[in-house]
Amino acid sequence: MARKLKLRIWRGNSTDGGLQNVEVEANEGEVVLDVIHRVQAEQMNDLAVRWNCKAGKCGSCSMEINGKPRLACMTQVASFPDDQEITITPLRAFPVIKDLVTDVSFNYKKAMEIPAFVPPVGMKPGEPRMAQVDVERSQEFRKCIECFLCQDTCHVIRDHEENKKSFAGPRFFIRIAELDMHPLDMLRNRKQKAQEEHGLGMCNITKCCTEVCPEHIRITDNAIIPMKERVVDVKYDPLRWLGSVIRKREGIL
Amino acid sequence: MSSQLERHKYDILVIGAGGAGLRAAVEAREAGLRVAIICKSLFGKAHTVMAEGGAAASMGNVNDNDNWMVHFRDTMRGGKFLNHYRMAELHAKESPDRIWELEMWGALFDRTKEGKISQRNFGGHEYPRLAHVGDRTGLELIRTMQQRIVALQQQDARDHGDAESHIKVYAELTITEILKENGKVAGAYGYWRETGSEVLFEAPAVILATGGVGKTFKITSNSWEGTGDGHALALKTGGNLVDMEFLQFHPTGMVWPPSVRGILVTESVRGEGGILTNNLGERFMFKYIPDVFKDKYADNPEEADRWYLDQDNNRRPPELLPRDEVARAINSEVKAGRGTEHGGVFLDVSKRISAEVIKKRLPSMWHQFYELAGVDITKEAMEVGPTCHYVMGGVEVEPDTAAAVGVPGLFAAGECAGGMHGSNRLGGNSLSDLLVFGRRAGIGAAAYVKSAGTPSVSEANIAAAASRIQAPFTRTGGENPYKLHQELQEITHNLVGIIRTKTELDDAILKIADIRKRIQNVTVTGGREFNPGFHLSFDLDNMLLIAESTAKSAVLREESRGGHTRDDFPTMSTKWRQLNNISSFNGSEVVVRQQPLPKIPKELFDLFDPHELEKYMSPEEMAAAKGGSN
Repeated sequence: MARKLKLRIWRGNSTDGGLQNVEVEANEGEVVLDVIHRVQAEQMNDLAVRWNCKAGKCGSCSMEINGKPRLACMTQVASFPDDQEITITPLRAFPVIKDLVTDVSFNYKKAMEIPAFVPPVGMKPGEPRMAQVDVERSQEFRKCIECFLCQDTCHVIRDHEENKKSFAGPRFFIRIAELDMHPLDMLRNRKQKAQEEHGLGMCNITKCCTEVCPEHIRITDNAIIPMKERVVDVKYDPLRWLGSVIRKREGIL
Repeated sequence: MSSQLERHKYDILVIGAGGAGLRAAVEAREAGLRVAIICKSLFGKAHTVMAEGGAAASMGNVNDNDNWMVHFRDTMRGGKFLNHYRMAELHAKESPDRIWELEMWGALFDRTKEGKISQRNFGGHEYPRLAHVGDRTGLELIRTMQQRIVALQQQDARDHGDAESHIKVYAELTITEILKENGKVAGAYGYWRETGSEVLFEAPAVILATGGVGKTFKITSNSWEGTGDGHALALKTGGNLVDMEFLQFHPTGMVWPPSVRGILVTESVRGEGGILTNNLGERFMFKYIPDVFKDKYADNPEEADRWYLDQDNNRRPPELLPRDEVARAINSEVKAGRGTEHGGVFLDVSKRISAEVIKKRLPSMWHQFYELAGVDITKEAMEVGPTCHYVMGGVEVEPDTAAAVGVPGLFAAGECAGGMHGSNRLGGNSLSDLLVFGRRAGIGAAAYVKSAGTPSVSEANIAAAASRIQAPFTRTGGENPYKLHQELQEITHNLVGIIRTKTELDDAILKIADIRKRIQNVTVTGGREFNPGFHLSFDLDNMLLIAESTAKSAVLREESRGGHTRDDFPTMSTKWRQLNNISSFNGSEVVVRQQPLPKIPKELFDLFDPHELEKYMSPEEMAAAKGGSN
């Protein structure tokens, strides 16, 4: 059952590093994270890798496997041909700390920039009544495990460090969409702010983020495109624009 | 070293950023205090995300017969009356408010037809009681509180010009010890995992919210973080652990393939109608209904099936017995040779509900089996077996304030605190526990801080803590921490597992002591920068202390109850129902003594049918409680 696996693991730190070849045994049913752990226990005790739940639920073990952003705990060794080498590298869009561990603080900074949920004034705990169909739209986005694979693959930041300042990235577009569609959220103009302050306009809907999402959240179709469409509607329809200004002024929901 | 030492001062340190820690931090910040949240992983990755089924709270949204008294009774029954009655009472009374409050912070639970929060059935709960979001409820809790903290930080940025003026998250930082001055908590010492550089926190109060101890065992649903840090820190600081022999083996962990062995299969699968069968196709749980539960559980498949449609006129299916009962039943079936090829039993939900409904109600289970085991649970049965899931034992605390007994300034909440669940926790009571007691720990610590003054840590104390962190790099003994960890896991698995005997436990105590000697020779290769071998050497020290406490408590408790089964003492004993095992640390080893359980007051005693209590209590206890003792 066991097979010898050839791995190429990137090792190094923020200043220097490269791929190291290593051979390791792989057993039936194992995932890439299992063989990384075996390398760590037997050959490279100080190999740095993040992981937690090992069940695809926490989004910690994000890395690039043969160049594709993946969760190592959900990538079966058997999905690669027997004779193929597997190359394991850190997420490319973020600075390396050590080996397979990167500095993902960019994402936590962006999270701070998205205005928080605002509940209705005067509503007391226990009072909300919402239909299942209305909560489901936001629930899809709340499935996000914050693995940041969508952020890693998005070429707006992957290939353009300079865009990071003005672009929140797919993870935070679905956060904005989630709040925008939240039946109880009272903050107005989330879509407009996504466009004006968080770089929604820079996304040219190549759907790379949707493809890598381990939770199969339809980031582009269900969050980004609907927001883009409505932003455009409001921006280019004078009556709707006027309406939105009046509503905003009078504080009408 | 100490001249460049990174130093911080706070009012409260919260160690652990799972549900309990974050809820405590929110409460302390709302009281106007400055709080540091310290976590070993990134923010938002704590093991709470793995909680699947839901949070138990008697809101009565699905069955309006439910109320706190029914929930209290279920919790005490589930714990086989070893629970601290006051914790179970507070928990049952306050859970609904804690769930409703999350909704005001943006949580989106599944709904009933009337638009209220939906509630699902779970083992040991008389009515549908678990608020849930599909089978990812823990993720919803942690994300909601994470976002609540961000909201408070945004508020602080507006009010004080600094988002981190009142709450700061220190992610990927390990605390190696709690520091005391003059017998009181004065702070904590640790290191950044990223760089290995050391950090001193000075604070009058520390809240432990570090979760569980599962990594002490070989087959576990816990992540690498579950190394009993809070339990061990409390022991080393002079606190006590209560009843560490009680470990919950969740009946349904994955068993195949080997790499996923132990990963949790949510109890919701059974709540939604999943049945357990052996390799003969027999629905075996009917054989394992204990006498104390006979009037609540169906003894034939027809009635069990009818229950899903009419819960008022039928008894519940035995698949929904408390977890300890189901885990022991599965263990017995497998030992009798009626298990699956890979040493589990079958759990099948495909025959009762449609593929579409399975994917909607159990999405992450479908995903988990499809991706990791190549099994489509809408068409075929899962193979499942027991996995070490939860520790009922934990830091001995004052129920109302979560203050650790014996250490002024130390608090504990969530899984690392003991007493609440007695000898066995009901599913769904963990998420509500961490909300109720997380909040209470925040309030308790805030009240303590207001009268505690500002401590400062002595240079001698700092130097000692620093030298302990440096030690693994300077040793030459050559022991490999990964190998010692594996040895420990083999010992606990083989000798301190689901079924225990005195001979094996005695053997385990000797072997654990031997490994504790050998960790003095652990040598770490590589530098301090993000070095997992270095990190493990500290976790290992904690795990060994926990394993010692568990084995020593287990050998003393000569009865079988909840998450502690003795082959040589197979029944419950009324003598042991009245005793807690209290572990403390004398500097070289764990010492265990017995302490009488707090006596249940008359108004809570009277919530039960006396005939039920007679199954657990001696005639003398019954007479004393009826007379209104305490």
